[in-house]
Amino acid sequence: MISQLEDYRTVTASEVKTWIKVAKASDFPENGGACVLHEGLQIAVYNFTRRGEWYACQNLCPHKMQMALSRGMIGSAAGEPKVACPFHKKTFSLVSGKNLNGSECDIATYPVKVEDGMVYLGVS
Amino acid sequence: MKKIVIVGNGMVSYKFCEKLRAKADASRYEIVIFGEELLPAYDRVHLSEYFAVRSADNLYMAPKEWYKEQGITLHTGTLVTAIDREKKQVVTHKGNSESYDILIMATGSSAFVPPIKGVEKKGVFVYRTIDDLEAIMDFGAKAKSAAVLGGGLLGLEAAKAVMDMGLKAHVVEFAPRLMPRQLDEVGSQVLQAQLEELGIGIHLSKQTKEIEGNGLLSALHFGEEERLEVDMLVISCGIRPRDELAKAAGLEVGVRGGIVVDDHLKSSDPNIFVIGEAALHRNMIYGLVAPGYEMADVVVDQLVGSGEQEFADCDMSTKLKLIGIDVASFGDPFGEEEEADTIAFEDKVSGIYKRINISKDGKRLLGGILVGDAGAYNSLLQVCKNGMALPPNPEDLILGARGGEGGDIGTESLPDTAQVCSCENVTKGDLCTAIKEQGLEDVAQLKACTKAGTGCGACTPMVTDIFNDTLKAMGKTVKKVICEHFAYDRRELFDIVKVKEIKTYDALLDAYGEGDGCEVCKPAVASILAGVWNDLVTKQDTIQDTNDRYLANIQRGGTYSVIPRVPGGEITPEKLICLGEVAKKYNLYTKITGAQRVDLFGAHVGDLPDIWEELINAGFESGHGYAKALRAVKSCVGSTWCRYGLHDSVSFAIEVENRYRGLRSPHKLKGAVSGCRRECAEAQNKDFGIIATEIGWNLYVAGNGGANPQHGVLLAGDIDSETCLRYLDRYLMFYIKTAEPLNRTATWLNKLEGGIEYLKQVIVADSLGIGEALEKEMQFMIDTYSCEWKEVINDPKLKAKFTHFINSDKKDAHVKFDDLRNQKMPEPWT
Ligand code: SRM
Ligand SMILES: Cc1cc2nc3c(=O)[nH]c(=O)nc-3n(C[C@H](O)[C@H](O)[C@H](O)COP(=O)(O)OP(=O)(O)OC[C@H]3O[C@@H](n4cnc5c(N)ncnc54)[C@H](O)[C@@H]3O)c2cc1C
Ligand code: SF4
Ligand code: FES
Repeated sequence: MISQLEDYRTVTASEVKTWIKVAKASDFPENGGACVLHEGLQIAVYNFTRRGEWYACQNLCPHKMQMALSRGMIGSAAGEPKVACPFHKKTFSLVSGKNLNGSECDIATYPVKVEDGMVYLGVS
Repeated sequence: MKKIVIVGNGMVSYKFCEKLRAKADASRYEIVIFGEELLPAYDRVHLSEYFAVRSADNLYMAPKEWYKEQGITLHTGTLVTAIDREKKQVVTHKGNSESYDILIMATGSSAFVPPIKGVEKKGVFVYRTIDDLEAIMDFGAKAKSAAVLGGGLLGLEAAKAVMDMGLKAHVVEFAPRLMPRQLDEVGSQVLQAQLEELGIGIHLSKQTKEIEGNGLLSALHFGEEERLEVDMLVISCGIRPRDELAKAAGLEVGVRGGIVVDDHLKSSDPNIFVIGEAALHRNMIYGLVAPGYEMADVVVDQLVGSGEQEFADCDMSTKLKLIGIDVASFGDPFGEEEEADTIAFEDKVSGIYKRINISKDGKRLLGGILVGDAGAYNSLLQVCKNGMALPPNPEDLILGARGGEGGDIGTESLPDTAQVCSCENVTKGDLCTAIKEQGLEDVAQLKACTKAGTGCGACTPMVTDIFNDTLKAMGKTVKKVICEHFAYDRRELFDIVKVKEIKTYDALLDAYGEGDGCEVCKPAVASILAGVWNDLVTKQDTIQDTNDRYLANIQRGGTYSVIPRVPGGEITPEKLICLGEVAKKYNLYTKITGAQRVDLFGAHVGDLPDIWEELINAGFESGHGYAKALRAVKSCVGSTWCRYGLHDSVSFAIEVENRYRGLRSPHKLKGAVSGCRRECAEAQNKDFGIIATEIGWNLYVAGNGGANPQHGVLLAGDIDSETCLRYLDRYLMFYIKTAEPLNRTATWLNKLEGGIEYLKQVIVADSLGIGEALEKEMQFMIDTYSCEWKEVINDPKLKAKFTHFINSDKKDAHVKFDDLRNQKMPEPWT
């Protein structure tokens, strides 16, 4: 199962090789996420309407290896945007992927951009 | 930058890394670990869980990834074969060498195998590593019976494991009693009786002379004609510290094993520390994990702290659940260290034995033993370790004070040095300091920053009490703000929402909150909005907990469950058939729930709307099993069929359930109606319970099953149905408006100043004059009820939200099922 975690690697903005067209921005819930399937990988993409920002991270929660983070509630902790896993509420920074409870490992994050109402996910 | 090399990657090795990294990152200390086992450090304490799942995934102390993130180089499957202290380097079995500035020996121990003739035979195993368990499971698949040599703590655990494998289990112990280091004669007898009842053969005072068999073991020979025929043997006769490497390198080791260390865990070479089970401190080997963690702490202090911390004698008190039986021993269990008076209590029927040893002057608790019921362990241990004053009748400590409270020890009276969390060695003082100096606001923060309660979790209730007491002592009115985003408690927000007519979460956050919200305030506000406006939760779905967002309970694996409402538990054959057909069609696991309904498990999120469409067409509606809302109102069969029934409890239960269906509240609500005092519907452990009397109903409130069961209390007796509903309206609405988030009615009433007497004043005597208003508010809820699932299946836009992927119609390939008794079940946690 550890190998599954290894499928997900943080991609920084400068490492993006391809921008994948994902869906219309309006298909996403406000202040919530949805899951994108890309070559067998599951990436959670969030429309953080309140901040006017978009985020993406692996859908796989490292706590019990559940494909669930896209269904988690988003919010902030001391200003840091975060997502809480729906299963046991482990929380992760949407910016750095850091686990904010200190007990799980960090998660991979990905760049997102919106152009002409379409959402694009950056992969390397 | 200095370089640390660690030999061994067991529990203590891992804990050392975690503790060091919390204080010093890779720029200060490079860390390289060599572990002989193929897997990274796993939780040996819970090793037996491996039998159930045959996967180590749940046991890892941390995933491999973690080591990388922390800049730690981990070489698993690598044995260190030599230490060159001169060159300060270690050599591995592959011939590689690695230099160090500081070497940490965390080599643990191996199982001690006594030199009995025939131990080398096939079918003889030890119980220490995952590899051992794999071998036992493989061999055990063909065996019928197994003996465990050694009736200590580990031996009994091994016996349970082989029993669970379906083998006839025997325990063979040299001493005349079980767990000789923890239990006395009587304690052992009580435990033995219970184990024998489970079918485990217990053989005491047996010295095994020879392991017989022709290459493959066939029997244990005890001398004379005495033999025990078994197919397999698991040896559990204690541990032997792994000191071979240290010995070869010329470090001082003890005569009976173990690497000698001083109070700072330094070996005879100042550049080499030893931690965990391999260390011999003042002639003691500690075969438990907590002392190992404490050793790790001391070494971290040597490296990055004051260097003053010393490893002191460690407490060997233990509490465990053996095969479902509590066993604990603490302090001086046998009253041997000083003269003592012993108070003991034995209940043969329920298999309970409790013993405490009191100092001659009657002032101190010296130690004790608990078998069968170790509920008092935590508080007894605290009294014992901290020399706290005993109650006037010390026997109250184990018998419970007759006629009222007592025996229980409040956390206020604990001294600061009291160890609260033994897994992470956190004292009351540590907790109080953290709360005071870091301005912590909730227990979760306290746990995160002190790590208390993050191990076995047994101390969590105590941690919570200390948190609350400390805040109170600091003169903080423990203001129960919802979270960092709202400086209000739930009751205040409820009023704001109502008075200011706020309809959405965002509007409330904009006007009365800060930041972007979180998983705590979002569902809390959702519950308030529902309690005031009773709007459909689907309108603001992303502030709902995942269960409310998808109108179904999420399960292991990520599928959902479906529970239609079955008011009062009454169901027609047609509807039952419909449930069966839907379950068959969508391949759902089917189970009768504890609340007189049927649960269909394992639905893909994308199938939920179709499933519900079929159910709704058959006349079902949402059962709100996913919501903090009214769940079920159970009923017994009542006067229509039952020869004792006083009134028609089924009809009344259905009426009540339909009245409050979908009613959202701070936590879930459950009710029941029983037709007479025999109470077959278990109404007294519900949030509201109605029991028929000769002339009407008795209404009980604030009962609870679940984690902290509590009986309901009588709110009003011998009332008619109409009055009963009126009081219920008032009571439920009053609770909805005033409770803190996620407090069930029992918790709410426990905290309500004035308790039940006050509640009676408000509800029955209407002392606040709000009775009518509450009834009106409830009527609004009843009038505006609609089934959320009906709403969804009639609205294509809402329906479209039920997909796993936004860019594909595929189902989540991650969801996998196994077979179990002709139905499916999700794969174990991975
Ligand atoms: C299905 C069921 C077990 C069963 O197979 O019988 C069940 C299953 C769950 N219970 Fe329960 N409880 C079920 C009856 C009960 C009962 C018995 C009853 O209702 O008569 C109790 C004790 C009575 C009580 O609540 O006072 C019960 C006490 C709990 C608790 C502890 C509540 C407490 O106050 O301590 C929780 C945790 C919670 O709610 O926070 C819980 C939580 C859960 C959750 C929702 C856990 C979760 O969040 O995933 C389980 C969801 C399973 C699923 O995926 O559907 N369940 N649960 C029962 C569904 C009843 C129904 O038809 O709606
Ligand atoms: C079944 C079972 C149940 C238990 N239950 C409890 C319990 O309920 N409560 C409790 O407190 N304790 C319990 N224990 C004891 C607890 O697991 C140990 O105290 C703890 O694991 C000790 O940690 P350690 O790091 O010192 O040693 P270990 O966990 O044994 O780790 C040492 C590691 O070092 C490796 N190693 C040794 N020599 C070398 C070398 N030369 N080169 C490379 N690697 C090497 C070993 O292979 C091993 O992986 C239990 C133990 C077992 C087996
Ligand atoms: S008792 Fe625990 S495991 Fe069983 S259904 Fe309820 S919550 Fe789940
Ligand atoms: S699976 Fe995500 S928190 Fe447990």
